[in-house]
Amino acid sequence: MQGKIKEKVGLLFVSLMCTIMLSPAWALATEATAMNPVPAMGEADWWKWPVILLFVTFVMGIIAVLGGVGGGVLFVPIIGGFFPFHLDFVRGAGLLVALCGALAAGPGLLKANLASLRLAMPVALIASTMAIVGAMVGLALPTHIVQLALGGTILGIVAIMLSAKKSTVPHVPQADALSTALRITGVFYEPTTKEEINWKIHRTIPGLLTFIIIGFMAGMFGLGAGWANVPVLNLMMGAPLKISVATSKFLLSITDTSAAWIYLNKGCVIPMMVVPSLIGIMLGSFVGVRLLKVAKPTFIRWMVIVILLFAGLKAVQKGLSTMGYNLF
Amino acid sequence: MANHNTQATEEQVQYAAILEKGMYAGLVLMVITFALYVLGIMPPIVPLSEISTYWSMPVHDYLVAINTNFIHWEHLPTGWSWVKLIGYGDFLNFLPVTILSGITILCYMVITPGLFARGDKAMGIMAVAEVLILTLAASGLLAVGSH
Repeated sequence: MQGKIKEKVGLLFVSLMCTIMLSPAWALATEATAMNPVPAMGEADWWKWPVILLFVTFVMGIIAVLGGVGGGVLFVPIIGGFFPFHLDFVRGAGLLVALCGALAAGPGLLKANLASLRLAMPVALIASTMAIVGAMVGLALPTHIVQLALGGTILGIVAIMLSAKKSTVPHVPQADALSTALRITGVFYEPTTKEEINWKIHRTIPGLLTFIIIGFMAGMFGLGAGWANVPVLNLMMGAPLKISVATSKFLLSITDTSAAWIYLNKGCVIPMMVVPSLIGIMLGSFVGVRLLKVAKPTFIRWMVIVILLFAGLKAVQKGLSTMGYNLF
Repeated sequence: MANHNTQATEEQVQYAAILEKGMYAGLVLMVITFALYVLGIMPPIVPLSEISTYWSMPVHDYLVAINTNFIHWEHLPTGWSWVKLIGYGDFLNFLPVTILSGITILCYMVITPGLFARGDKAMGIMAVAEVLILTLAASGLLAVGSH
């Protein structure tokens, strides 16, 4: 009886959050703000935006856990699209949100041997170098161009989420020469099948080259890059899904570090934005983990896709409107 | 319980231990410094009531505005120059952000000697290269010429 009540409350809460995030009223309310970058609030009301940010990032933290995406990929398009903060600061905060999530999860994943340091090291070297380049290019380009490219990227992520398949343990007939030389291999215990799974990877060079693009985009948009890391590690390089997800999460702690330094050194960190965002996302993640038991993953996944689609279109619209093209 | 041969490598465990300590130190310090800032215990350089005027500006305009109105330096407050402002509540919050951003460099530095000692030269060289890349990013040298 008590369990059923808890389940109903949980579902009600998730549905309420979805309604708020997808509500046209929310979009219109924030549209007014986006059109008028300096909010029409008295100086005494300065605290309202950080409080709203705390609430929204809390909801975002719940949705990110339930939808199986990183906080950064939701943070940048939503906060950049609907809040009065400039995209420069949103990207800086987005990187720190993704970085802190990765730092919080990293130690546990490494100790459990689910994240592989040997797999992460060559990938991280390429991705973190390119994240620096991406951050510098992103900060040098006009905002509307970055906004437009961000919108395109978010819509691309939606396409990946709709089409990408997953392979629990991909078939890797033989490890390639490079991964053999670097001894990128491992063993993990799969409790569902009660098996020890020996894994190895292949197509190491094309996989590493793909991280040139992924690192660049992570740095340019401050998105984190779990959405791209996992398919490449899993489907292209042949790492088991659990290893791919865990290594991807840990990898963000290195990739996002390099880009975060660029944003920090260029002055793109405003503590009044960053700290409420981090607290909100982390508290939301704790609640999200608890709701995971009662939420329906398919529904949440579709909700994330719709939110990202909406945020991606919003970013495109903002970029185009600055150039004088009004779509909507 | 079965003894599964799934142990993490020595350097992986070492890396995880340092990462964990740095992460907790950074997060706890972040809560403390933000409380000092937002509760007005350490006054900020940009008054709380005026911060909303600046966060909608592009970063260059923001830096020029806060420098003109509050800091009055000959150069913009980029790179590590925030250290000189650490006595103010807002800039004090850069300290935990720096710890969270810097802990990975320390992790790599600690595991590097072990990698070379075990004859793992390729991974050792990659670790050194990663330290150099991250140190370059952290140095602030790449922030010169900020738009």
